[in-house]
Amino acid sequence: MDGTLGNSAAETGVLPDAPNASVRMSCRNINVFYGEKQAIFDVSLQIADRSVTALIGPSGCGKSTFLRCLNRMNDTIEGCRVEGEIMMEGKDINSPAIDPVLLRSRVGMVFQKPNPFPKSIYENIAYGPRIHGLAQGREDMDEIVEKSLRRAGLWEEVKDRLNLAGTSLSGGQQQRLCIARAIAVRPEVILMDEPCSALDPIATARIEELIDDLRKRYCIIIVTHSMQQAARVSQRTAFFHLGSLVEVGDTDQIFTSPRDRRTEDYITGRFG
Amino acid sequence: MSDPSTSPMANAPFANERVLKRLRRRRAADRRFKWYGRMAIGFALAALTLLLGSIATQAVSAATYHVVTFDLSFDKNTFGDVQPDSPPPVDRVYGLVRDDLLAEFPETASSPALRHDLLGLVTRLAVLPVAKDLVRKPAEIGTKRRVELPLSDDLDLFLKGAAARHLTVPVGRVKAEEIAGNVTLTSEATFARLIAAASLENMQPPEMPGTGSILMTAGRSTIRLDSLAPSRVTGTLLTGTAQDFRTYPARARLIPAPESERTVSDLQIAWLLALKADGRVLRVPHWSLLTHTDSTQPELAGALAAIIGSLLTLLVTASLAIPVGILASIYLEEFAPRNRITGLIEVNINNLAAVPSIVFGLLGAAVFLGAFGLPRSAPVVGGLVLALLILPVVIIASRAALKAVPQSIRDAALAIGASRMQTVFHHVMPLAAPGMLTGAILGMARALGETAPLLLIGMVAFVAEVPRGPTDEATALPVLIYSWATQAERAWEPMTGAVILILLAFLIAMNGVVVFLRRKFERRW
Repeated sequence: MDGTLGNSAAETGVLPDAPNASVRMSCRNINVFYGEKQAIFDVSLQIADRSVTALIGPSGCGKSTFLRCLNRMNDTIEGCRVEGEIMMEGKDINSPAIDPVLLRSRVGMVFQKPNPFPKSIYENIAYGPRIHGLAQGREDMDEIVEKSLRRAGLWEEVKDRLNLAGTSLSGGQQQRLCIARAIAVRPEVILMDEPCSALDPIATARIEELIDDLRKRYCIIIVTHSMQQAARVSQRTAFFHLGSLVEVGDTDQIFTSPRDRRTEDYITGRFG
Repeated sequence: MSDPSTSPMANAPFANERVLKRLRRRRAADRRFKWYGRMAIGFALAALTLLLGSIATQAVSAATYHVVTFDLSFDKNTFGDVQPDSPPPVDRVYGLVRDDLLAEFPETASSPALRHDLLGLVTRLAVLPVAKDLVRKPAEIGTKRRVELPLSDDLDLFLKGAAARHLTVPVGRVKAEEIAGNVTLTSEATFARLIAAASLENMQPPEMPGTGSILMTAGRSTIRLDSLAPSRVTGTLLTGTAQDFRTYPARARLIPAPESERTVSDLQIAWLLALKADGRVLRVPHWSLLTHTDSTQPELAGALAAIIGSLLTLLVTASLAIPVGILASIYLEEFAPRNRITGLIEVNINNLAAVPSIVFGLLGAAVFLGAFGLPRSAPVVGGLVLALLILPVVIIASRAALKAVPQSIRDAALAIGASRMQTVFHHVMPLAAPGMLTGAILGMARALGETAPLLLIGMVAFVAEVPRGPTDEATALPVLIYSWATQAERAWEPMTGAVILILLAFLIAMNGVVVFLRRKFERRW
């Protein structure tokens, strides 16, 4: 892509607790305020590339808020203020030099409720590449649409009805369409905010398979309420509680031998 | 739960008296509420039907009107000097009409008062369109032409039965004798039916003063009855000859109102009936209501200037209020920060929507006419004032439409890297467009119906010329309704109703456009 965020290879570090993984995003001392109310307290977290990081925690613990810091979607919320440093490829994404529009094209997002545009399936995918000028012509665009839909595992189901409204698909298909839409602008990071909470178990299983598949190319950060899901899809897990990051580590370690008492209580179902 | 005997429902699942009673009360409340709603809708519909019905019944008599045909010959001696740029020769054309009428009714030759009455059938200004035609097409000079001139409004109303209530009783063949204008009619069949009808109408014997008139017509001749007996009536010849009574069957017209209390005299009625017997009085569609401008004579007046004035005004209003309103609402809803200033602006917009329209009229008069010196009575000023008036309405409606677009659509667009503006114009606007459009057109509909501010900026002026541009003197439909409704003459009443219907037709057309555009936009998405 262009050089606004610098060259990725030169800037990557390694995770302290997982030396074989390169760091994609690195957050230091993040505090988030909604007006006077503080929602996130001093969170520092490093996110590994080409893996799935799950953010878990009880409702209202700030994990969605934290997620939305990573592509500056909190900018759109009135009265929201983010402090701290979020480094991506050596640049602080909150610095005035970084255009949030460009950031978001590289840090895509999938929301809790499938939210396809009320346009055709094709248009849903093509919109992002078009506004970023990623396609040179009609064939190029067709190719991007097909590739994105294939990667989202939706191509076979919709290839004959690309002109149908995106909203006419089933819930699970809509969510995969949203993932395809996020992929289409060639992001490096995909943020997923409880992507399966509105879906049935079968659709959920398909999305989880897809996430597992996507991690080969992308850095994925997923907020989930389902600890089973976190255990199934993620390699690293971060546990949030009351706006603080309690514990972060390999998913296996978090679920088998949590270091913090609160993590243990939460994953064993004693609260949350 | 597991033990069924502990549950109250398990013991008497559907027969517990207290539960059933409460249930009945609830159902009764549901039913009552439904009926309240139906009553409210019924009341609203009934009121609307009553209103529209009364206007429509009033207006229906203005849908047609009576004209008198004249065969006029524009001979070269009289009209030879008419050039394409000369003023319309109204007086000379009317001279032809006058000559025709005087020749038709020679009994008026002796008395100027009678002549005046006779010329009241067709007013002088009625020939204006003919005179203008003549100027436009001088080739017609030297030819004969049949023209239709509107009948004076009082006689028109008389023929429509709306003024000077009257009823007709057929009499049939009679024998007639005339001695110096006094006609005696005898008949084998008696005049009993006529007498019965007269007494039913409480009409005194015709010779009594202060009573209504009984006119007897045969062919193109009419007498006014002086005495009425079962086998013999006497009367004064108003027009025509006694000979007609021997030739044609007679019919009597009972007019209960005394002549002094009417706008039409017995003589005028007699002349009118004579013209009618000649087949020269026709009832035709009242197109001049749409093609004529305002006039002091109801039979000549039309709403064309007001229609054009309203359209010009709306054009100015639309070109200002819609773009400004929509852009303001987009900025306020999508871009502006929520702080004290925008809060203040919002409150003030809501307050402005509730400001009485006459206040905007005063503002327009003071600012646009006073300070800026724009022309009085001009659609441009009316349009500006109305634009200010409906701006809050447009903004509020557009903001509501934007608010109704789910946040998730904005999030979706922003999350793939669309800018704020791309998000708004590519995704939010198309979804909000039907609502915004509805707001805009409903605002326009309100502007179309507004009267008070236009009165204050002088658009109530009498406008006899069709305005050619937004700075010409003009009036608007609701103002025309207002000024016609305040006229004293009875003939204005149905005309006012007709203009109200024209205004309603415009409003319905605008709402139809809303429905059409909504459908169209909703299909696209």
